[in-house]
Amino acid sequence: MSDAVEVKTLIIDGQEVSARRGQTILEVARENDIDIPTLCHLDGLSDVGACRLCMVEIKGSNKLQPACVTAVFEGMEVNTSTERLQKHRRTILEMLFAERNHICSVCVSNGHCELQSLAQEQGLTHIRLPYRNPDLSVDASHERFTVDHNRCILCTRCVRVCAEVEGAHVWDVMGRGIDSMVITDLHEEWGKSTCTRCGKCVQVCPTGALFDKSKIGSDHPKCPDFLPYLNLMREAQ
Amino acid sequence: MTLEELELIARSVKQENAVCDYEINVCMDLACASQGSEQLREALFRAAEASGKKILIRRTGCMGPCSSGPLVRVDPEETLLGRVHANDAEAVVASLGSAPPPALQCDLNEHFDKQVRVVLENSGYIDPEKIDDYISREGYKALLMVLNEMTPNGVVHRITESGLRGRGGGGYPTGLKWSTVAKAGGDVKYVVCNGDEGDPGAFMDRSVMEGDPHRVIEGMAIAAYAIGASKGYIYVRAEYPTAVARLTTALREARRRSLLGNAIGGTTFNFDIEIRLGAGAFVCGEETALLASIEGRRGTPRPRPPYPAVSGLWGKPTLINNVETYANIAPIVRNGGRWFFNMGSERSKGTKVFALTGRITHTGLIEVPLGIKLREIIEGIGGGVPGGHKLKAIQTGGPSGGCIPANMLDLGVSYDALMAAGSIMGSGGMIVMDDTSCMVNVARFFIEFCMTESCGKCIPCRAGTAQMHTLLTRICNGAATMEDLELLEDLCSTVKEASLCGLGQTAPNPVLSTLKYFRNEYLEHILHKRCPAGVCNIQAHAEVMA
Repeated sequence: MSDAVEVKTLIIDGQEVSARRGQTILEVARENDIDIPTLCHLDGLSDVGACRLCMVEIKGSNKLQPACVTAVFEGMEVNTSTERLQKHRRTILEMLFAERNHICSVCVSNGHCELQSLAQEQGLTHIRLPYRNPDLSVDASHERFTVDHNRCILCTRCVRVCAEVEGAHVWDVMGRGIDSMVITDLHEEWGKSTCTRCGKCVQVCPTGALFDKSKIGSDHPKCPDFLPYLNLMREAQ
Repeated sequence: MTLEELELIARSVKQENAVCDYEINVCMDLACASQGSEQLREALFRAAEASGKKILIRRTGCMGPCSSGPLVRVDPEETLLGRVHANDAEAVVASLGSAPPPALQCDLNEHFDKQVRVVLENSGYIDPEKIDDYISREGYKALLMVLNEMTPNGVVHRITESGLRGRGGGGYPTGLKWSTVAKAGGDVKYVVCNGDEGDPGAFMDRSVMEGDPHRVIEGMAIAAYAIGASKGYIYVRAEYPTAVARLTTALREARRRSLLGNAIGGTTFNFDIEIRLGAGAFVCGEETALLASIEGRRGTPRPRPPYPAVSGLWGKPTLINNVETYANIAPIVRNGGRWFFNMGSERSKGTKVFALTGRITHTGLIEVPLGIKLREIIEGIGGGVPGGHKLKAIQTGGPSGGCIPANMLDLGVSYDALMAAGSIMGSGGMIVMDDTSCMVNVARFFIEFCMTESCGKCIPCRAGTAQMHTLLTRICNGAATMEDLELLEDLCSTVKEASLCGLGQTAPNPVLSTLKYFRNEYLEHILHKRCPAGVCNIQAHAEVMA
């Protein structure tokens, strides 16, 4: 570590913080216990800036920026929870709840669901938007896991963990717009796909879309925290 | 190939053409071709042969007023004939040298008088499949001038000086973009042409690629020299098979004439172009999605920065411009930046091609100096609204744009004025609507387009446009409440501010602009269950509900 580290100072929510050059707003905020909600972001995976929940306001620009992919700069002033941002966050969460069939009471992830927790944190009490109630399938062909598309929010964490960490790239996205869905291989059944059965996708899935069959009817917390550790150990090798 | 050799080719083309006493140019662009211009051309060949006259019959690209097609222009008199069909061929040939058949004459002076043709200067005058035709009209002169007489910086400077702004819709200053890529480090850079035109009602880029493909290639080659690239890609949607065929022929011909490939013009400059076909996704017109698609990945946008100018194709600095932007380059280089700067309005320079469609007498392709009043386009060039109907609105900018009401006809057409009016310049679609159009239904149409064309990556665009479509459908069916309208406006703001790419960020524009200017139509649907234009079938829907 002989390279001089360039340090930037900035202000997040009125708090003066320091950061290394190249860090994102989200990283710096979390280091300083400033909470910015996220869904598609996961420590250890590449960022895609897709869920738009981490949008923040940067002084001097009217445009909102996703904190997960926006690098800090010297003198930056960031606001993470203005009224405007909170309104958008609630609307985005509403869109997610109304998009597919999220019924917490019968979900394997009830109580351990990131979507559910975020809704509670953001004070979402009801959904104003019309429910779309799409007709979606469940693929239980895999001997250990199941994908329930009714609960998928298309965060693509499974796609990324499979491609980037496991190196198998079994998961991908098919279709366009509101008809998008995650698929295994070229839309083969999961049980007949080239899946390595590592289970990483299940652990990183923020909702009950991907779950372990052995956990049905019991508590099913997910443990995505292994990723940064795994990456660190691989780098050390 | 040198400038002298270009001159020689140009002269020999003119000599060859001079052998003929008359030239009959037949428009073979899609609109005319669909009305039988191919059969017309064959009939003209037969009639010419039978008449014994020395006639050159040439296939050309779009001549402009598509609604009067199939179009034929007889030179040297420059007489434009409209609605010419195969059975008129003999009459046309017989009338050469005297007055043309009265039934075929079209009085379009007003249509052409207000137009200034820069991008379309060759369209309708050359055979798009003959490179020598292009060369005879100063084609590739700019490229060889640049290679022999100008430094890359000099070229960038000239483009900057011209004030040209991106013609794809964003209006980003072209010179600034070029200089950013020119300054980016690394020895591998790319030049990309965005020919993924997909706005409903827009066909400017198609007509340029089909009618004058070499102009795009020359513009790209000049750009490549300016920024230091040796490889280019033209991304064309596969739904434009003729454009693809013409570009393929043009690339082959340009290579044959050593205007592409290694050591162009005897200099050390190497450049070649490959065509990439789009698979039919509108979002691939967004630059980062387009680049992903060229790389062979799923065509979804990614957050910027980094901009393509810094990290584009395969992570290399990439210049990406629209077809029409490249089509402006050669004339700017030939005539100088000031020449271009002197056309247009204060902050929007030069000319712009528009596809004029909808409820207007003369539909077709027009090119006007920026700053021109909408009134001159609609009433002058377009010939007004036909059938005694009343003009209601002009939709510009496709699904990213908005509707400008009839009482704003004195608005000057420029990037900033259209933006201030709640619409955008966009790539140049201009759809004229009269009192038979329901603005709620129009908004629903565009939202439906955005919904089906959303890539699905970010939530606001994927789910937001679908929700907006549901609410607009409710309004159209007379089933909506005022709460639904409030919700719709709420969704507009989230989709606009929180979406990842331009598609989502601009998707609410058709709704917002119609809400701004035609709010009463929304209220009529909601409060009085009535569609003022009589388009939405509220009654029928109510019966089904009951």
